[in-house]
Amino acid sequence: MAETEERLRRTMMFVPGNNPAMVKDAGIYGADSIMFDLEDAVSMAEKDAARALVYEALKSQDYGNAELVVRINGDDTPYYHNDIKAMVKAGIDVIRLPKTETAEMIKTLEADVLAAEKEFGREEGSTHLMAAIESAKGVLNAPAIAAASDRMIGIALSAEDYTTDMKTHRYPDGAELEFARNMVLHAARAAGIAAFDTVFTNMDDTEGFYRETRYIHQLGFDGKSLVNPRQIAMVNEVYQPTAKEIANAKNVINAIEEARIKGSGVISMNGQMVDRPVVLRAQRVMRLAKASNLVDEEGNTIEK
Amino acid sequence: MKNNVNRELPDDVMSALDYKPYETTNIGNPDIQRVAPSVHVQTGDDKLVDSIEDVVKATVKDGMTISFHHHFRNGDFVFNKVMRVIIDAGIKNLTLAPSSLTGVMNDMVIEAIKAGTVTNITSSGMRGSLGDFVSHGNLKNPVIFRSHGDRARAIEHGDIKIDVAFLGVPNADKLGNANGMDGKAVFGSLGYALMDAQYANKVVLLTDNLMPYPNTPASIKQTQVDYVVQVDQVGDPDKIGSGATRFTKDPKELKIASTVNDVIVNSPYFKDGFSFQTGSGGAALAVTRYLRQAMIDNKIKASFALGGITKPTTDLLNEGLIDRVMDVQDFDKGAADSMHTNPKQQEIDASWYADPDNKGAMVDQLDVVILSALEIDTKFNVNVMTGSDGVIRGAVGGHQDAATAKLTIISAPLVRGRIATVVPDVTTVVTPGDSIDVLVTEYGIAINPKRKDLQESLGHLAGVPVYTIDELQKMAAAKVGTPKPLEFTDRTVALVEYRDGSVIDAIHEVKD
Repeated sequence: MAETEERLRRTMMFVPGNNPAMVKDAGIYGADSIMFDLEDAVSMAEKDAARALVYEALKSQDYGNAELVVRINGDDTPYYHNDIKAMVKAGIDVIRLPKTETAEMIKTLEADVLAAEKEFGREEGSTHLMAAIESAKGVLNAPAIAAASDRMIGIALSAEDYTTDMKTHRYPDGAELEFARNMVLHAARAAGIAAFDTVFTNMDDTEGFYRETRYIHQLGFDGKSLVNPRQIAMVNEVYQPTAKEIANAKNVINAIEEARIKGSGVISMNGQMVDRPVVLRAQRVMRLAKASNLVDEEGNTIEK
Repeated sequence: MKNNVNRELPDDVMSALDYKPYETTNIGNPDIQRVAPSVHVQTGDDKLVDSIEDVVKATVKDGMTISFHHHFRNGDFVFNKVMRVIIDAGIKNLTLAPSSLTGVMNDMVIEAIKAGTVTNITSSGMRGSLGDFVSHGNLKNPVIFRSHGDRARAIEHGDIKIDVAFLGVPNADKLGNANGMDGKAVFGSLGYALMDAQYANKVVLLTDNLMPYPNTPASIKQTQVDYVVQVDQVGDPDKIGSGATRFTKDPKELKIASTVNDVIVNSPYFKDGFSFQTGSGGAALAVTRYLRQAMIDNKIKASFALGGITKPTTDLLNEGLIDRVMDVQDFDKGAADSMHTNPKQQEIDASWYADPDNKGAMVDQLDVVILSALEIDTKFNVNVMTGSDGVIRGAVGGHQDAATAKLTIISAPLVRGRIATVVPDVTTVVTPGDSIDVLVTEYGIAINPKRKDLQESLGHLAGVPVYTIDELQKMAAAKVGTPKPLEFTDRTVALVEYRDGSVIDAIHEVKD
C-alpha cells in the first residue's frame, strides 16, 4: 500500500472503451489515472467488443506511469464476470465498481477478483479496487464501503446518478452535493484511501470548471474525474503549489535531513518542533511541485 | 543512379530530360542568367477581347506551354472555362504549367489528357482523381513537381517557358492593371501569379469586374498584359478560403500544438525580432494562438511572418505583435481583407518568397517554420506528396523552401488511424532530412542529431519527452504493425525536383 499511498491522483480521465483512437491515445495527455470505461459509455451491442479492445490495449500499449483503471459493468449485468476476468488477466491496476451501495458489494468483488487472479496466475492482491458512489444509500454507507477491503485505493462521487436519486439536479454552486462530497471525502480519509470528485461536463464553461476544481481542492479531494483531456492542465494548475508553499516544504525536508544526520529523533525548524502532519504536508507539496514541473527530481526549482 | 538521399532514379528519364540528381541543400553562390519574355508592342486604348474563344484562337498553338494560378483554390472558375475552349478547339500536345492544381480542376485535366490536349504537366501538386489517374500511368510523360520557390526559379531560368498565361483576377481595368483584393471573388495576394505575369510571352487576364482606368493598386501591371477578357464570374467566393477560421478543439492537435510552442519558445531563436511561418492546418492555427500568448508573456515581438497567411496571423499584425506580414497567398477571407487595409501586409511574389537562385529570398531570413508531413523517416526525410498507398495526393507547396529556416519543425501525429507517420523510409522524399530540425508528435519530440545545439536547448524541457527518431518509428510500428511493402511498376509517372532543379525522387506507377 505504500506505493499506492504515495501516488498523486489529481486527474482520472474517462476513456470510452469502445473508441480505438481514444484508447490508443489515452496516454499522451499526462493524466495521473486513466479510466477505461466498459459501462455507461458503451452500448449493449458493443460490450464484448469494448472489453476485447481494452484488453488488447492493456496488453500492447505503453501508458507510461499512469495508473490504469477500468470501470466494469455492475454485478446486476451479464457482463460483470467477464469484465473482471478479462481485466485481471490483462493486469489492470484498479477495477472501479459502479453504483456501489454496500460494503458487501466490494467484498463480493474482492472475492471475484481473487478468483480471477488465481485463474490467470496473477499475483494475489495485485488488483486494486475503487468504488463509485452514485446514490443516497451509497453515500450513507460510504465509510463502510471505503474500509471494505485492503485492496481499496479510492472512492469517487458520481454526481449525475446521485442528484437524480436525490430528486434534484446539478446546480452551478454545487450546494446539492455538499453532504455527499463531505461524506465521500471523510470516508476516504478515515480509510486512508483517495477521494475523487465527480465529472464536470460542460466544456464551454471554463470558469465554472475552475471554480468547482478550486472548491474540491480546498475541501481536500485528491483530484477529479474528467471527461476531456483538455481539463487535465486546468486541474493540475489548481493543484500546483505556490512558490511560498514549495519554499516552506523545502525547509521542512531540509530539517528532516538535518535531524537524520544528527541522529536526532526530534525535527526542529526555526527553533520549533515540526510535527508529523507538517512533514506529510511538505512531502505532498514536493510531490505536487515535481509533478507540476516546478522542481526537478532533486527538488531544485526549475527556472521558467 | 542514386542521389544523395539514397533514392534510385530512372537513368533513361534522367538523361532524356537532362536532369542532375539531388546532392545538397546548400545552394552556394552560382552566377545565373535569367530569361526575358517576348513583347508584342501595343499603344492602343484597350486590350479587351470579346470572348475566351477569340483569345485562345489568337494565342494558343499546338505544343505550347500554358499556365494558370491557383489562388482561387477550390473556388476557381477560370481554369475550367479556358480549358473547355482549348480542348474544344482541338489543340494538342500542350504543357500545363500552373502554380498548382486544385480539386475543382481535376475532371478537366483528365479530359484534356485523354483528348491529347495536355501531354505534359508541371505543378506544385495534385490530389484526388487526378493524382489517382496519373499514378496509374495515364499520362505518357512524367509530371514534374516543383516547390513554389523552384517554380519561380524554373521560370526565371527558362526551364518553364510560358507561352500563354491565363490569369483570373477579381478586378482589372481595360489595359490590365489588376490586384487580388477588390471585387467579389477576392483572394488577397497574387504572389504566385506575379511570376507568370512577369515572364509569360502572352498574358491574358480574365475578370468579372472591369474597373475604371487606371485601376490601383496594381499588382499585375498593364506593361505585362496582352489581353483582358471579361467573364461572368471568375470564382466562387465561398470556396476560395476556409471561411471563418475556427480553432481546433481536438485534444491531440492541441497537445501537438502546445509542444510545438514549447519547442519554439525554448529555442535560441525566440527573441525580439524573430520571424516565423506557419501553415493553415488546425494544429498550425493553434500554434499561432499559443505563440501569441508566449510573445505577450515574454514581451517579444516578431519582425515578420511569411508565406501563406491566415487570419490568426493578421490578427497578430493588427495587435502589434508582428511588425510585417510578407504575404505570398492568403488562406482565408480575413487575411485577404487585412491585406487591403493594413499597409504592413506586403504582397510578395514567389521569387521574393522562396526562389533559391536569387539575390536574396525571404525564406533565407526565416527563423522558425512549422511544416506538416504525410510521412517522415528515420533520416528525417519528409513526404508530403504520396499517400500510404503510393498514390499522388499532395503538393510540394513551399515545404522545401521554408524548410531552409533556421529552425524547421515538423508537426505530425505519430500515427494516423492505422497508418504510421514516422516510418523507416518515406514513400517519396520531398524535403531532405538535412533541412529538418525537430519532429513534434503527440508522444514527444525527436531532434535531428545534426543539431547538437538544439539537443542542448530542447533536450530537457519539462513535459516534453525527447526520443530518437528511431525510437519514435519503433513506437509507431508497435502500435500499428508493419505494412506490406507497396508495389510499383518500373514506369516513372512523376519526378520531384528539389528547389535547385535537381531531382530528389521519382514516383512510379502503382500496381493494383
